Amino acid sequence: MLFWQILIDGFAISSLYALGATGFALIFGVSGVLNLSHGALMVAAVVAAWAAGDQLHVGPYAGAAIGVVIGFAASMLTYFLIVRPLQQSRKIREEEKEIFILTATLLWGIMLQELIAYLYTNNAKTVAPIVEGVVRIAGVRTPSNEIFTAIVCWLVIAVLWLLVNRTRAGKAVLAASMNPRGVTLLGIELSQVYIAVWAIYGVLVGVAGVLLGMFLGVSSYSVGPLTASAFSIVVLGGLGSVSGALIAAYVVGYLETLTAYLISPAYRTIPALLLLIAVMYVRPRGLLGRR
Amino acid sequence: MSKSLSRATSAMLSAGAAVVALALATPGYAQSNAPIKIGVIAEAQAVAGSSIPQAAQMAADEINAAGGVNGRKIEIVTYDDHSSAAEAVRAFQRAANEDHVNAVIASYISEVVLALEPWTGRLKTVMVTPGAASDVITQNIAKDYNNLKYTFHGYLTSTSLADQVCDASKDLLVKDLHMKTAVVMSEDAAWTTPLDAEYLNCLPKAGLKVVDHIRFSPDTTDFTPIFNKIEGEKPDVIVTGISHVGVQPTVQWKQQEVPIPMIGVASQATNSSFWNDTNGATEGVLYQAVSGPGVAVTPKTLPFVAAFNKRYGNNPSYCGYTAYDEVYYLADAIKRGGTDPDKLVDALEKTKYVGTIGTVEFKGKDTANPHALKIGGTTIPGLMLQWQDGKQINLWPANVANGKMKFPKFIKVGSAD
Repeated sequence: MLFWQILIDGFAISSLYALGATGFALIFGVSGVLNLSHGALMVAAVVAAWAAGDQLHVGPYAGAAIGVVIGFAASMLTYFLIVRPLQQSRKIREEEKEIFILTATLLWGIMLQELIAYLYTNNAKTVAPIVEGVVRIAGVRTPSNEIFTAIVCWLVIAVLWLLVNRTRAGKAVLAASMNPRGVTLLGIELSQVYIAVWAIYGVLVGVAGVLLGMFLGVSSYSVGPLTASAFSIVVLGGLGSVSGALIAAYVVGYLETLTAYLISPAYRTIPALLLLIAVMYVRPRGLLGRR
Repeated sequence: MSKSLSRATSAMLSAGAAVVALALATPGYAQSNAPIKIGVIAEAQAVAGSSIPQAAQMAADEINAAGGVNGRKIEIVTYDDHSSAAEAVRAFQRAANEDHVNAVIASYISEVVLALEPWTGRLKTVMVTPGAASDVITQNIAKDYNNLKYTFHGYLTSTSLADQVCDASKDLLVKDLHMKTAVVMSEDAAWTTPLDAEYLNCLPKAGLKVVDHIRFSPDTTDFTPIFNKIEGEKPDVIVTGISHVGVQPTVQWKQQEVPIPMIGVASQATNSSFWNDTNGATEGVLYQAVSGPGVAVTPKTLPFVAAFNKRYGNNPSYCGYTAYDEVYYLADAIKRGGTDPDKLVDALEKTKYVGTIGTVEFKGKDTANPHALKIGGTTIPGLMLQWQDGKQINLWPANVANGKMKFPKFIKVGSAD
């Protein structure tokens, strides 16, 4: 019984972590940007979906769709307003751009966090669930929403995989992640690739945010922890490696669930953080990292 | 070179000291017609905290409209601490040293109030908290009365909160529903340490055997394991201590259809917005409070709520009630004792004020918790409410109840198996 509980609960939260971290890994892999406003974009999607339901009285599907659209819009805004001007600036030396973008996205995240808290308070908000009720799997009473979350996460990840491996634009993105200069030699505009990646990221962040909002609920306080969680999963998996991030998400999700069941919920996050430190010592490039 | 530098430095230092001494000696703010200033340090972005300055301002306006205090107006000076102890300390220093306030009303977060407490002694400035709960605040006063006597605890201590939950559980769950066992589930925070200790002490006395005690990290991202573990232990009820976290466990309790009711201290559930924040997941949740919509705890309660609602468009949070009362009894104490900090402390200790949540009286110097509120009976009775169909219904005590207990379908009352 306990085995099945751990297996099922761990799967749902791990899938959610995986979806959240995939976009983060993709952006870094392709454009070298560590987007520290990641958590803020997710929270923006959740609060938008909540507000659509609460204030515009739309149904759960429309609410979720509005959340994803806002996540997407916030992501594009981040790229065009914050990241792109710094990438194209001639006043900042090339080798310093990474740290400028890192700082700028961090500050942008804090600005969004304060704005959300100002408009909607720092109380946690939840997104109206699309599916409700419970089903029994191997004797474990499982919320239908947990299954829904896992299915949507994997559908989105599968679509992403098809997009990257089976379409021309996707292959350009993949190529850019391996060798940016090579892509430009093929006549592909690198800035077009960046726009495509941020657009994909926007959808991922919107969906991940809305699902998290249905699963748990988030507040403006969650901005930091959400960024930190995606960051540590991506570092564990290997910076820039999407498949590494997927594996790391499951390692972290299951470690947390195991700890909560077998040791104590108070120590839930500790083993995963210890593992992160251990990996940094033994294999600094992460599980599947290339650089 | 270094000699002349150090001479210059020492000259500057003594000039600075002279300026400071002059500033301190200026008696400008002690004029008889100058307004009485009350500083309000609060968490403006939090639903609970945002009511604090609003309610304080409302009380000040009412007092001023009625002629003020001995002919002096009350002026509220507000500071937003962004839920940070460091910012609150800076605000407190500014309030005392630059804005020369006569008293401060501060925060609903125990960690923030504990950080401010030593500064009340250092700056000899009276502070009342409208919402923090940790018993340590008043235990500190017992240990160092002469220095910390300027701190007053204007809200219930965690121990008092636990006692009220136990009293209500005895009537509602043990007598009416014949429940026998409980699991205590609290967030890991300063205020829940004394709360849990008292739960473990008073629940068995109320007739509920505690079969497990779970503390969880406030940044828990999945409560499923916690609820599964609790369900496996088959208790009749889950007794909660949740304040910083509220929406998340409630939403997952509903999603997972945990068949065990939740009762306890859930500060976020006291907010009228909690139903919308959780999309109705809070249906059936029982929570302790000192006030509730439509509950006339005293003759002042309902007029206050109506006026607050009219002015700000929403119901006050639990600290709105206390902050409103605090301005009134601070004004009353200043009327009796003046603004000298030591005399103000003496006057506040003699407070017997009928406010919106009951009669405010502070425990004496020789108790284990000096300056904590007296609770129960004729002082502050406390309530037990339940969320039902989007409304907060009061169930306890019976003389002010306005509804009957009922649970959503997935709850199996009486036995969890």
